[in-house]
Amino acid sequence: MGDSSLTIGVLLPDVLGTYGDGGNATVLVQRARWRGIDATVLPLPASAAPAVGCDIYLLGGGENTAQRFAVSWLDRHPALLHSLEYRATTLAVCAGMQILGRTALDERGQTHAGLGLLDLRTTPGPRRAVGEILTRCRLPGVGLLTGFENHRGLTTLGPRLAPLAEVVTGVGNGAAERGRPPVDGAVTDRIVATYLHGPVLARNPALADHLLQQATGQSLEPLDVPAQERLRRTLIHAAGRRYFRRSRWRTRSS
Amino acid sequence: MRWAVRTGQAVAGLSRRLGLGQGGIIGGRLTLALAPAALSELAAGRRIVLVSGTNGKTTTSHLLAAALRKAGPVAHNDTGANMADGVLAALMRAPDASLAVLEVDELHLGTVAAAVHPEVVVLLNLTRDQLDRGTEVRTVAAAVRVALTAAPDATVVANADDPMVVWAVPRGSSAVWVQAGSSWLSDSVSCPRCGQALAFPSSSTSSLPSPWPGAGVPAWVCSSCGLRRPVPTWAAELDLAATPAGPVPLALQLPGAFNTANATMALAAGDLLGVHARQAAAAMAALDAVAGRYATIHHGDHELRLLLAKNPAGLTEILEVLEPARSLLIAINAREADGRDTSWLWDAPLETLADRHVIATGERAADLSVRLTYAGVDHATTTDPWAAIAQLRPGKVDVVANYTAFHQLLGHMRPTPAPTSASHRRARPRSTRPAGAR
Repeated sequence: MGDSSLTIGVLLPDVLGTYGDGGNATVLVQRARWRGIDATVLPLPASAAPAVGCDIYLLGGGENTAQRFAVSWLDRHPALLHSLEYRATTLAVCAGMQILGRTALDERGQTHAGLGLLDLRTTPGPRRAVGEILTRCRLPGVGLLTGFENHRGLTTLGPRLAPLAEVVTGVGNGAAERGRPPVDGAVTDRIVATYLHGPVLARNPALADHLLQQATGQSLEPLDVPAQERLRRTLIHAAGRRYFRRSRWRTRSS
Repeated sequence: MRWAVRTGQAVAGLSRRLGLGQGGIIGGRLTLALAPAALSELAAGRRIVLVSGTNGKTTTSHLLAAALRKAGPVAHNDTGANMADGVLAALMRAPDASLAVLEVDELHLGTVAAAVHPEVVVLLNLTRDQLDRGTEVRTVAAAVRVALTAAPDATVVANADDPMVVWAVPRGSSAVWVQAGSSWLSDSVSCPRCGQALAFPSSSTSSLPSPWPGAGVPAWVCSSCGLRRPVPTWAAELDLAATPAGPVPLALQLPGAFNTANATMALAAGDLLGVHARQAAAAMAALDAVAGRYATIHHGDHELRLLLAKNPAGLTEILEVLEPARSLLIAINAREADGRDTSWLWDAPLETLADRHVIATGERAADLSVRLTYAGVDHATTTDPWAAIAQLRPGKVDVVANYTAFHQLLGHMRPTPAPTSASHRRARPRSTRPAGAR
């Protein structure tokens, strides 16, 4: 888009907007504006042809019917897919991550093709993973990620696709290989994908800044948002308590 | 069965006397355990209305019960205990009432309807609510659809403006459609039946449609499968209900367009049971609070108005009835009954509070504070609502709270009479901490 302005496109807010993930756009646009970067949020609903020149695209969580609709809609807009693959920065959450993968299997055992932008496959797990999740992000400088997960997907990454984070407490991708630590999400040079809601960027400003730096090509000075730091401390502390309780229990029962 | 009911009643009475609760749930639960058929036996011979939907169940059932009392005694689960045990307890408490108004949780509609054979089912709206329980809106709508399919004799009073509701009413049901508006269409912009995008012809394409308040409710349609807004025979207008027999003024004390909608749904249901809309509207106008909601409570130097908002649709509606002249306190918890996930706060347009000063409080005040910060709303954060209220300037306060926060406030509220002189004694509720404590 314009030289100094940043456009954040929210893909299908009317279809994939079930879990408060629209808040990620609010966080990005405010963190850009607070640094003097002109930024706007552009909702890209199903009823109109999507803008293909956004700097950042967001894909949120949604229900099964909505996911299938989203795949067929995105498939009809190859210029947009080209942007996602080669030009823009994308954050894909939960169902958003699943539809960027190669295939997704629904609860009735039917396989649905994804968009194939990420080398991952998703199958339904034995039960829904619902609750707080804490992970350690592999991106440099981002640190711990706190979120709320709510999904039934087991996601397996292809051999050359890196996970976004290692799971400290919670489920994440769920399909851990033997001897490897459980992981969440996936990351490429263009796409950050995760199971974390919360919204994830409201709880993890460093991840928001990673996306902004990626999109602007600038290194951004840190921001002081005390409310966010307080929330992070509380949530990470609570997750830590659960972690230690669980490991103590494990030691005792073994 | 009789002894099971009597045992249940005895335990309920004991629970009330011991101050453990209102006895509604424990008595009903025990009776159901002792005699599983008790619900259908207690319901037999009564004319029953079930009220279901995501938001407005309690208010609508209170409005309807007030109207039906014109025709005789009414059994009513007025505390909002809306699963089978609560419903049973309400019938146990009013053995002689030939009419019953029972609010029922959407996911328990099937069980309850199969047992009580309702004459009328009121279906208000279906939107996202407590998603961390893993029940998505479409799943809930599908369960309601199954429940209504299994109750073909019931007449459904349903909101024509909510696509999810329209899909949940099976084709064979006899339905009375009401133009009840919807401030929340974000869950049904794709067709509930086939998943394709719905068309809202009169709305712009750049933002989500917002047909309420006002007359321009879009006649939505799915161009793919043909699901469309049915033609309503009743309509909620600004301060009146358009009925098949002409307009009826409402004069409600309960605030907001959504309560006009609730009242219109209740009028249509009352009409099916033979209570004339004018007579019903007069009874509804007398209601000024519903199970603590909208109640005005004098508390020390403050006059508090309690407003319940438990999900994005409810919060969006409540934001519209706030009075700018009052101080504003928002209390958010995330216990089991609230849903553990606070991200719903990001789905409500809190940006509309940008010119207000807000007190963020409740167990999840920190989550609310981040949301308000990003919405550009000036606010202070205090986890303890009583400490927060104590710091407000004397006068009127709007208190918006989600489910358990609301009940904590209501339960600990020791209403004091309205102050008559300047030197009144300061009320100290049980939970008040030393002033300034954080």
